[in-house]
Amino acid sequence: MSVAAGRFAVELAALDASSLSAYSLTASDADIDRALGADHLDPRHVAALLSPAAAVRLEELATVAGDRTLQRFGRAVRLFAPLYISNECLSTCTYCGFAKDLDVVRLTLTPDEVEAEARLLADRGFRHLLLVSGEHRVAVSADYLTDVVRRVASVVPSVSVETQTWSDDTYSRLVAAGAEGVVHYQETYDRDRYAEVHVAGWKRDFDRRLTSTERAAESGIRRLGIGALLGLAPDWRADVLAVAAHASFLCRAYWRIDVTVALPRIKPCASGFQPVAAVDDASYVQALCALRLAAPDAGIVLSTREPAALRDGLVRIAVTHMSAGSSTEPGGYSHPGESQEQFAISDERTPAEVAAMLTAAGYEPVWKDSFPLLPA
Amino acid sequence: MPDTPDPLVIGGRSFTSRLLVGTGKFASHAVMRDALDASGAEIVTVALRRVDLSRAGAGDVLDFVDPTRYLLLPNTSGATTAEEAVRLARLARAGGMPNFVKLEVTPDPRYLAPDPIETLRAAEMLVADGFIVLPYCSADPVLCRRLEEAGCATVMPLGSWIGSNKGLRTRDAVEIIIEQAGVPVVVDAGLGVPSDAAEAMEIGADAVLVNTAIAIAGDPVAMARAFALATLAGRLGYHAGRAAPRSDAEASSPLTGFLGQSSVGQPA
Repeated sequence: MSVAAGRFAVELAALDASSLSAYSLTASDADIDRALGADHLDPRHVAALLSPAAAVRLEELATVAGDRTLQRFGRAVRLFAPLYISNECLSTCTYCGFAKDLDVVRLTLTPDEVEAEARLLADRGFRHLLLVSGEHRVAVSADYLTDVVRRVASVVPSVSVETQTWSDDTYSRLVAAGAEGVVHYQETYDRDRYAEVHVAGWKRDFDRRLTSTERAAESGIRRLGIGALLGLAPDWRADVLAVAAHASFLCRAYWRIDVTVALPRIKPCASGFQPVAAVDDASYVQALCALRLAAPDAGIVLSTREPAALRDGLVRIAVTHMSAGSSTEPGGYSHPGESQEQFAISDERTPAEVAAMLTAAGYEPVWKDSFPLLPA
Repeated sequence: MPDTPDPLVIGGRSFTSRLLVGTGKFASHAVMRDALDASGAEIVTVALRRVDLSRAGAGDVLDFVDPTRYLLLPNTSGATTAEEAVRLARLARAGGMPNFVKLEVTPDPRYLAPDPIETLRAAEMLVADGFIVLPYCSADPVLCRRLEEAGCATVMPLGSWIGSNKGLRTRDAVEIIIEQAGVPVVVDAGLGVPSDAAEAMEIGADAVLVNTAIAIAGDPVAMARAFALATLAGRLGYHAGRAAPRSDAEASSPLTGFLGQSSVGQPA
């Protein structure tokens, strides 16, 4: 059964990201000047910052974005680790290493195993863990997830989940169990392309996924993560514009919510999927600059998908949240190599090495930025 | 650094410095420690959400704030309700921190604007529980009256939004708060340059709290010292009694100076 379109779906239709993206190709220096001078950017401003004309002025964009990041977030970068709890999946997404029909080793950790992984990551310094799974509502049921959230919340003060979308009731249960954040990347905001790559399963429903951020917000969750997977749809500018609009909507509609955004780029994985749009490093930096100025209060998350040199550079421009020392296979911290990873990581430094890089670059690595949400 | 002319008394404790400083947003704990030193501050606020008692001795922020030198003022930033703030304060006290608490209840993550209703509720609960409460609040004269009535040791109205560096945008309201307050008024948040601190002190604020403007300055240590000097200058200026401002010039040789001279203007 499909889900009725939510409030942002209406705004997304009105945004017409593909027309804005077309406008972006014609934006002038004067348009870019106006965008850089604006206190609050509208979608046309964001489009101007994504333009080829703005690409020529990337150093200027980076300077303005870096200043904004510094003022809002200071010389500090928050560190977290993904904790993969399951790679079982009932959805077929053509770009994903966990897709249902792929012949890979499947594993769902027991709650005890999840807790052991959490303790191992806590020993490495992490106080913010992101529980990640495929979409298997039997293996990773609401009961199971609630249980593991409660256990992990007893180990670290900040627990977020990146799993399938859920009912209102389940989001409320996760909040009550101590979940601080929910992450649902839309992957692409292009409905037609979404339908092409989400071939089967729960995730195929574009509106269910888009509306889930709103339902999670209404459940009392404190942090919401959104994003698009660049390289999935042909028009990456349109997806960046949609992410910016989505962040802006969530900030307006749910004033208590802390919003983070991410623009992961497609990485090699078991699916063999090839990106349909190449987003080179310069364009990627430009996209993150535009996103920083469009959503100055949103944390920007950068994972170990990206190589070390790029991550180190982006800390000074836009990025405020980083994973480090990540494994993308279930159980991969305790028993590496025994299961299937979701994608290959690029930055293979240990958490301590990433923290040392931040210190050397003049940033404080922030391990703990939360307090336990539930009374002990 | 010369002493301020009169002590600042909060919660029965006396302080020489009228500059309070925060510990967030610094490049490193070592830079923070040096900036604290240069600021001459005696009250240092630390976000409880950043404190990790399990990492004490392993580089936690508390390892860089000497409790024999500074009054450690734990703050409840990140709390979104009165209950969360109270729970955080109790956790800090149970962990051996002082019973002073800088109360922050900021459910809006974008402007970190203080929630007046939850702040007042939390203040009432914390005072009843024996805490010395320093509440961060909107520059609202009635709210500040209510917080004082609730038993708070100070009021801490914002100059402008946290981290905005926009200066004393709430000056008119802060002047009323200063006029009415029976407890120290600490202007907190938004002071961006040393002259902002001097301005707040000149109009009679009892103290200022500065964090971002020092932490993200090009040279945090030099900026800390500059704020210290400005805070002191503002206090000295306040005590000296300013000359009233005028919109026009006052000639030192007035045009009507001839009036009153014996040969002029007298009836014939």
